[in-house]
Amino acid sequence: MSTPSETVKEADGELRWELPARGPVGMYCLIAAEAAIFVIFVVAYLFYVGKSVSGPTPSILSLPLFISLCLLSSSLSIHLAVGALKRGRPASFLAYWVLTLLLGAIFLAGTAREWRHLIYEEGLHALHVTVGLLLIGTVAVFTFLRKVQQEHAGHVEVLSLYWHFVDAVWVVVFTVVYVIGR
Amino acid sequence: MSTETTGWTTPADATVPLVDRLHGWVTTVDHKRLGILYILYALFFLVVGGIEATLLRIQLIRPHNAFLSPEVFNQLFTMHGTTMIFFVAMPLVFGFANYLVPLMIGARDMAFPRLNAFSFWMTAFGGFVLYFSVVGGYGLYGMATAPDVGWFAYAPLTAKTFSPGHSTDFWTLSLLVSGVGSIGTAVNLITTIICLRCPGMTLGKMPLLAWLNLAMAVLVVLAVSPLTAAQLMLVVDRYLGGHFFDTQAGGSAVLWMHFFWVFGHPEVYVLVIPAFAFASEIIPVFSRKAIFGYPVMVAATLAICFISMSVWAHHMFTVGMTSLSNTFFVLSTMAIAVPTGIKIFNWLATMWGGKISFRTPMLFSTAFLFQFLTAGLTGVMLSSAPFNWQLSGSYFVVAHFHYVIVGGILFMAFAAFYYWFPKVSGRMYDERLGKLHFWLFTIGFHLTFDCMHVPGLLGMPRRIYTYEPGRGWDVWNLLVTVGVLFQGVAVLIFVANLILSYLRGPLAGSDPWDAWTLEWSTSSPPPEYNFAVLPVVRSRRPLWDLKHPEDPDWKYE
Amino acid sequence: MGPGPLSPTDIFAPVSTPAQSIFELSLFVLSTAAAIFVVVFSLLVYAVVRFRKRANDDGREPAQVYGSTQVELAWTIIPVLIVLVLFLTSARVIFSVQDAVRPPEALQVTVIGHQFWWEYRYPGLNIVTANELHVPVSEKGHPTPTFLKLLSADTDHSFWVPRLAGKTDLIPNFPNSTWIDPHEVGVYEGQCAQYCGTQHAKMLLRVYVDSREDFERWVSRQRQPAQVSEAVAQGRAIFERTACINCHAVQGTAANGTFGPDLTHLMSRDTIASGAAPNTEAQLRRWVENPDSIKPGSKMPAMGLDTHELDAVTAYLVSLR
Repeated sequence: MSTPSETVKEADGELRWELPARGPVGMYCLIAAEAAIFVIFVVAYLFYVGKSVSGPTPSILSLPLFISLCLLSSSLSIHLAVGALKRGRPASFLAYWVLTLLLGAIFLAGTAREWRHLIYEEGLHALHVTVGLLLIGTVAVFTFLRKVQQEHAGHVEVLSLYWHFVDAVWVVVFTVVYVIGR
Repeated sequence: MSTETTGWTTPADATVPLVDRLHGWVTTVDHKRLGILYILYALFFLVVGGIEATLLRIQLIRPHNAFLSPEVFNQLFTMHGTTMIFFVAMPLVFGFANYLVPLMIGARDMAFPRLNAFSFWMTAFGGFVLYFSVVGGYGLYGMATAPDVGWFAYAPLTAKTFSPGHSTDFWTLSLLVSGVGSIGTAVNLITTIICLRCPGMTLGKMPLLAWLNLAMAVLVVLAVSPLTAAQLMLVVDRYLGGHFFDTQAGGSAVLWMHFFWVFGHPEVYVLVIPAFAFASEIIPVFSRKAIFGYPVMVAATLAICFISMSVWAHHMFTVGMTSLSNTFFVLSTMAIAVPTGIKIFNWLATMWGGKISFRTPMLFSTAFLFQFLTAGLTGVMLSSAPFNWQLSGSYFVVAHFHYVIVGGILFMAFAAFYYWFPKVSGRMYDERLGKLHFWLFTIGFHLTFDCMHVPGLLGMPRRIYTYEPGRGWDVWNLLVTVGVLFQGVAVLIFVANLILSYLRGPLAGSDPWDAWTLEWSTSSPPPEYNFAVLPVVRSRRPLWDLKHPEDPDWKYE
Repeated sequence: MGPGPLSPTDIFAPVSTPAQSIFELSLFVLSTAAAIFVVVFSLLVYAVVRFRKRANDDGREPAQVYGSTQVELAWTIIPVLIVLVLFLTSARVIFSVQDAVRPPEALQVTVIGHQFWWEYRYPGLNIVTANELHVPVSEKGHPTPTFLKLLSADTDHSFWVPRLAGKTDLIPNFPNSTWIDPHEVGVYEGQCAQYCGTQHAKMLLRVYVDSREDFERWVSRQRQPAQVSEAVAQGRAIFERTACINCHAVQGTAANGTFGPDLTHLMSRDTIASGAAPNTEAQLRRWVENPDSIKPGSKMPAMGLDTHELDAVTAYLVSLR
């Protein structure tokens, strides 16, 4: 990770100046903003749970266990991918990265099948998954073109943070819509 | 491009073709240029919003006036509020933050310069979308389709049933777009402050302006998103068959209110906290003393941030929440008055024992202290729920929040304009015109907004295009309208001062105020890269240390 | 309670317990705020005068004071105490007003807010009327408060008669309630206090606090079906033939619309269009001919009647005592 650090000479010795890297900090801020949006949707959903207003209810949705497992596993695979790149193993990185892409795509396809009922929360979540997949896909393309090197591990890790967030949101959505909503 | 500066007055510019210079501005990612663009954008819409207010006040100058139809009046007050909050106050706040924060923390730019540019253009586009509503839709044939639902757009007035056509959609869309810009800038500010401080500048040695803008940015990240979410739900209601807020199908109008005010209340702190930032930089310099109680000022700011997320329903005391809920929000709202009030005492203590020089920035800052005190006290009155049951929805509330926004925020913005104008433009403004602006504006402000409290106490609700005679409101409304004239003239003098001074003002030098923070160590205007060598700091006032090597701050902090 | 009100809608001239409780609390809050203001204002003025830079200044920087724990502690603790007191006094009034128990002999009225008029139903008395609310005066020794249930037929409204009580909103799908116990006979004014659309400004309120006898008389009149008179048969026929009856009700006739105000005893009211115009024959005629000339944007359409029809319908309406 590229950290702006300075070694500054002071009259009474040296001062080492190291601040956090801007990539992760910026991504955490973005995650906070997105989390706030999702919280409001979850609150709205919980507010109407049990009331007979039209909206997505578990009775018309089948329990999406399989695709949930896919998405959760993709968090693991992306974590392994980032680790591999940091240790300078581009081949392993590519393998895990493509696996992430595949698992995410399966999730999205499964969600799309339920799509006509799921505009509200799932649509928003699916949108984020799509954006994430596009970004991951872009990195995959660059990897194939041999442009992704070890020193890019920091950027890739920032992207993986976003993906973990998307996964965490799914856990919440799953719990609220499919579990509590029953 | 490497020798490009933000000033318009360097001789080098005279030889560059105008097209290239404009292109430089449109494609810039330099925080200083983007800051100026934000501020100029805000100034433009300040005039537009001011004209809207003037039209409203002419209609209300006497009972049963027929200057404006109710439809146009209702659009005007909606546009006035929406414009002033989202396209004047927010851009002003972001503009000053953009310009000053990197300079004051010894950085060369914001953390994400391209995101910075993107955020500005999104905000700007949002304003364009809002005003397109005037000519879009049925256009001027249908008396315009500007939104007419009030700036907080309560449901179910915004449902398709009660607002057919697209006026509400213009409101929703423009704020969705500018919301993206706001969040982008906030993310940028937080990252910049955390990651790009110059060596030696720990968080405890940052200027208060940096702390306060950090707090403001955190609030934006947490508070703008709920508005975005609620607006997405509104779009779903209006076009995709949703019923989040559609009361005719079992939806909840109160849910919209909760979501909106969860945004709306922190939003006003987003606007006022930067005003505190300006006060915390300007008052010490003109009193010739360090800010009194820096650690407590930081702690109070963080307390305000934290508590501000828990007070929102004091906008809903009349809605019919349970007595227990009402009581909670009274407590949280009164609690937030404590750290806010403390700040006034700290500024007062900064002036105490000092040598106060009443140049224009300090005149505005002093007026700010008196006026923010008053505004805070009317806020305390409003925080008492039973009293609120009489005062809310009346002109007392309108007077209160204008007292904060105009008497507090705008006054400090003027102070900031005058204080940093020499740094940004390289030239000194005209002091006599500045003082004239101050006195005229203060007289007008008080005439309008002091008098405005009275009709509220006598039962006049807000958002009415006309009113009955015989209720004791007439003379007060007249006085309120007269005050607008003074303010309008004052603002024109201000704009004239800015233009004349930048064209012909005397050169200001890098440090005309004998100040203490890092921006005054650069040339005026600063070079594009800000600092050739990143400064190393040892205290909160690095320039004081340089100017007083025998008595530096770091010995006492 | 002192000199007369400065205005018929003066919040500091209460005649009913909720408004009175608020008034007393407000005096306390105001005086606390005023005291704080005087103290801080004086300190500010003193600082501005005493510490301004003199003309003969020697140019040296004053002593730099970075803070003082004792002073900062003091000016934190004192505001906290003030806040505590304000909070407790406010809480007391919240509970006493909001959670007041409805006595069995209280009058119950259902208020339904419409764009841009007020519907009043007295469920116990079988009365439906509009825009002018009649309630009995409530004597101190023998209180007869009126409890209002607040509903809305369309958007948000707010019932605000300052001399009687604080305002409470009328929100669709969210019933609210409020109460008043006015102890002085008279007419009390107010208006809708939550922006509800184009004619929010002219959704006025008139509350008639009647003596016990006057109220009983009003009730018995309101319970009668509409007056029938052959002289206005033609107007009545036009009224029942055109779309009037789609919106308006006249008890005892074919008209039973509920979108607009009940007109059974229209002439018992002092104003029309929810206070927008006095209830005279000329204004009635003008209203029926072209509502937008009195209240542009109201929901009543111009019925497109010719002069003859207008005269007839107006005569009919005037007969509805």
